[in-house]
Amino acid sequence: MAFFEVRDIVKYFGGLAAVNRVSFEVQEGQIYGLIGPNGSGKTTIFNLINGYFHLNKGQIWFQGEKISGLKTHQICQRGIGRTFQVVKPLKRMTVLDNVIASAFLRHHSRAEAQAWAEATIHFCGLTHFKDKVAKSLPIASRKRLEIARSLATRPKLILLDETAAGLNPHELEEAIALIKKIRDSGITVIIVEHIMKVIMSISDRIVAINHGMVITEGTPTEVASNPEVIKAYFGEDYRA
Amino acid sequence: MKRPSGPLLLLVFLLIFPLIFREGYYQHLMILVLMWVAIGSGWNLISGYTGQVLFGAAAFFGVGAYTAALLSSKLELSAWWGLPLGGLLSVAIAFPFGWICFRLRGPYFALATLALNEIFRHIATIWESLTDGMIGILVMQTFISKVPYYYVALATAILSIVGVDYVIRSRWGYYFVSIREDQDAAESMGIDTLYYKMVSLCLSAFLIGITGALYTNYMGFIDPKVVFSLHDISIMAILVGIVGGVGTIYGPTVGAFIMVAVQEIFRTGGFGLLNAIGKATGWPFMTTVTKYISEAHVLSFGLLVIVVILFLPNGIVGDWGIIKKIFVRSKKPAV
Amino acid sequence: MEVFLQTLVAGVLKGGLYALIGIGMTLIMGVMGIINLAHGQFMMVAMYVTYTLFHFLGIDPYFTLLISMPSLFVLGILIQKYLLNPLMKVDSILPENQVLMTVGIAMVLTEIARFIFSSNYLSVKTSYSSSAFYVGGISFSVALTIAFGIALLLTFGLFWFLIKTDLGRSIRAVSQDGEAAELMGVDSEKIKMITMGIGAALVAAAGTLLLPIYYLFPDIGGPFTRKAFVITILGGLGSTVGAIFGGVTLGLAESFGATYIGMDFEDMVGLVIFLLVLLFIPGGFRRLTKV
Repeated sequence: MAFFEVRDIVKYFGGLAAVNRVSFEVQEGQIYGLIGPNGSGKTTIFNLINGYFHLNKGQIWFQGEKISGLKTHQICQRGIGRTFQVVKPLKRMTVLDNVIASAFLRHHSRAEAQAWAEATIHFCGLTHFKDKVAKSLPIASRKRLEIARSLATRPKLILLDETAAGLNPHELEEAIALIKKIRDSGITVIIVEHIMKVIMSISDRIVAINHGMVITEGTPTEVASNPEVIKAYFGEDYRA
Repeated sequence: MKRPSGPLLLLVFLLIFPLIFREGYYQHLMILVLMWVAIGSGWNLISGYTGQVLFGAAAFFGVGAYTAALLSSKLELSAWWGLPLGGLLSVAIAFPFGWICFRLRGPYFALATLALNEIFRHIATIWESLTDGMIGILVMQTFISKVPYYYVALATAILSIVGVDYVIRSRWGYYFVSIREDQDAAESMGIDTLYYKMVSLCLSAFLIGITGALYTNYMGFIDPKVVFSLHDISIMAILVGIVGGVGTIYGPTVGAFIMVAVQEIFRTGGFGLLNAIGKATGWPFMTTVTKYISEAHVLSFGLLVIVVILFLPNGIVGDWGIIKKIFVRSKKPAV
Repeated sequence: MEVFLQTLVAGVLKGGLYALIGIGMTLIMGVMGIINLAHGQFMMVAMYVTYTLFHFLGIDPYFTLLISMPSLFVLGILIQKYLLNPLMKVDSILPENQVLMTVGIAMVLTEIARFIFSSNYLSVKTSYSSSAFYVGGISFSVALTIAFGIALLLTFGLFWFLIKTDLGRSIRAVSQDGEAAELMGVDSEKIKMITMGIGAALVAAAGTLLLPIYYLFPDIGGPFTRKAFVITILGGLGSTVGAIFGGVTLGLAESFGATYIGMDFEDMVGLVIFLLVLLFIPGGFRRLTKV
């Protein structure tokens, strides 16, 4: 049995299938990439895994347990963390308080929660922003805050939604390093990403999606050479 | 952490207040202030900290008040039992009520509390065999002096401030504020938002409920119009909360002082000042003004709501920075 | 059986007026995303306009529609422009600060009315106020039937406006997705002002139409605000068609409640329905019918 498995999931929005019979498996310790053009259903898949949307059909399994049908907070308690593409900082709280609120999931005493939050903030390179109010952060740091808050819940699997979008080349390098560091700390990663450079360089395996359906699945090199993928990304006339 | 000394000085002042001001009138006003501190703190917990605006605080206040009154009139127990029991009964109502409303986001909760407020007032009015309807219920007061009531009210106010402060620093407090800031984020952080909104509402209901019971004991008389009043309880609670400072520990205290003063100024026509001017000058027009002013307290509440929301959305404590700036700026040219 | 039919007729006729109240509230809900807790107070103001025109100038209540509706339209626009639109730029912890604002407006309107007209009950007695005609043994109040007819006309007029005119389409666009509409060049602040105006004008019509068969005092706004939000929740927030269902349902429920349970309970019926809807069909009729 796979560490994490999505089986034949379907999601309709008003008669339209936004996600149509998608299946994939993720092994423990992998960085697993989810690619596809805009509106292909990547974020919807995250919202389905995370329990934010209800599935119309199919099942999702995590560590031998069926998690589809659970509520969002229950899924987080099972050990799946996520970040949001459109970042959702707790605006009027400081960075530290944002992360402490998250750390309380596994640490019930205030002192332990704070210690773990500070460690997580350090891990994500946000220490000098610690006492800043979240709404005052620049975008790159807000994305890191999303990750820090998610890591503070001590997940075994983390879903990263476009954490590299909108970053400059230097910040991009840092983001890639951070994602690798997360994997090296023993957390499995599923990543949705638009920037091909990022996803190709760090993913162990990739699933490509278009119009809510799986086009292909495989190693980065296999996926990159698939004609369907090239067509979906660059249009009919593109010849490599 | 540096403890603010302002609250400590205020506490000392409040402890010796009845010894300095022996007149019943001032003690009465201060008892009202202290009760509003407790109600305002309760309101602030669910509305200011958890972001679920309570429009019908009178629902819980009235339940507490009627619990105390009925214990005395029907079961011939001491109305003081109403304090714990009224608080608990409010919680018993808040819990299922929260479960119904909090499953939905949007304005449902705010509206439902308004509806609950009205429903309870209707029930208390219609169910005459239990509540004597509009006639109300008379309860024998335990003390003739106001001083014992003063200290009970002070204890309730301190309990509510210390209690809210303790909760807000704890895990629950972090969860409440997270829910206020972003429910989706809170859910994805593993917070059961439905459950914690209910916890917050129950704590609020408890504080408001015991204050309602205290009111019955102190005033010795309640009727549906007074304790389930939309304007004088529910809207007043909102004003106490927002004038002082939404989501701040001492906001409700500041708000309670200001709002009780405002209420009293209108009720008495500027503490009898207008009347005195009218008599001294002999202008008949002053009597008319006085009459209108004393009738205008609801109008003043309405105007206050509008002005505060427009210009001080986070209250005096919350917007202290803005207020200071205004004064500093206006002083600068003079220097 | 006769009592039943009579109750049914009275409920439906009243429901027509309630629909008018509910549609205004629903439009505001859809476009502004807020519940307007001054809605009944708008109605109260319109009723005083009608009363004044009738009492001092002897104008027939139905003709005063031509004055009460435009005046409330203007009042709605002014309130939106100077009191509600500015709040969108204010950073407030309370998410419901706009709703709170409408509570403040409601209190001020009520107290101003009390200053001018005192708390006395007033009424407008016309020749047709208490007359009725009979169809198969069931009595139809003349005034209520006329009111129902005009309410129907106004409702159709509103739908025509929303579907056929550019302004109406802009309103629907903002209602569906404010940000997207703004990106496509819709001036959402202006649309909000107009919507508040229309909502106020519609509830003004309901007030004017109701006055010949009702009475008037400053505090009448509160109960009607509550009825309006019950209707809106019943219909599913923001659905105009749902508001018509909601209005008729509330009219019927009140009418049957008054006949079979007791007059005392008329006001409570709506509130109990409200809690029942929250409990069993959250989302209101819209969720059941998908309209």
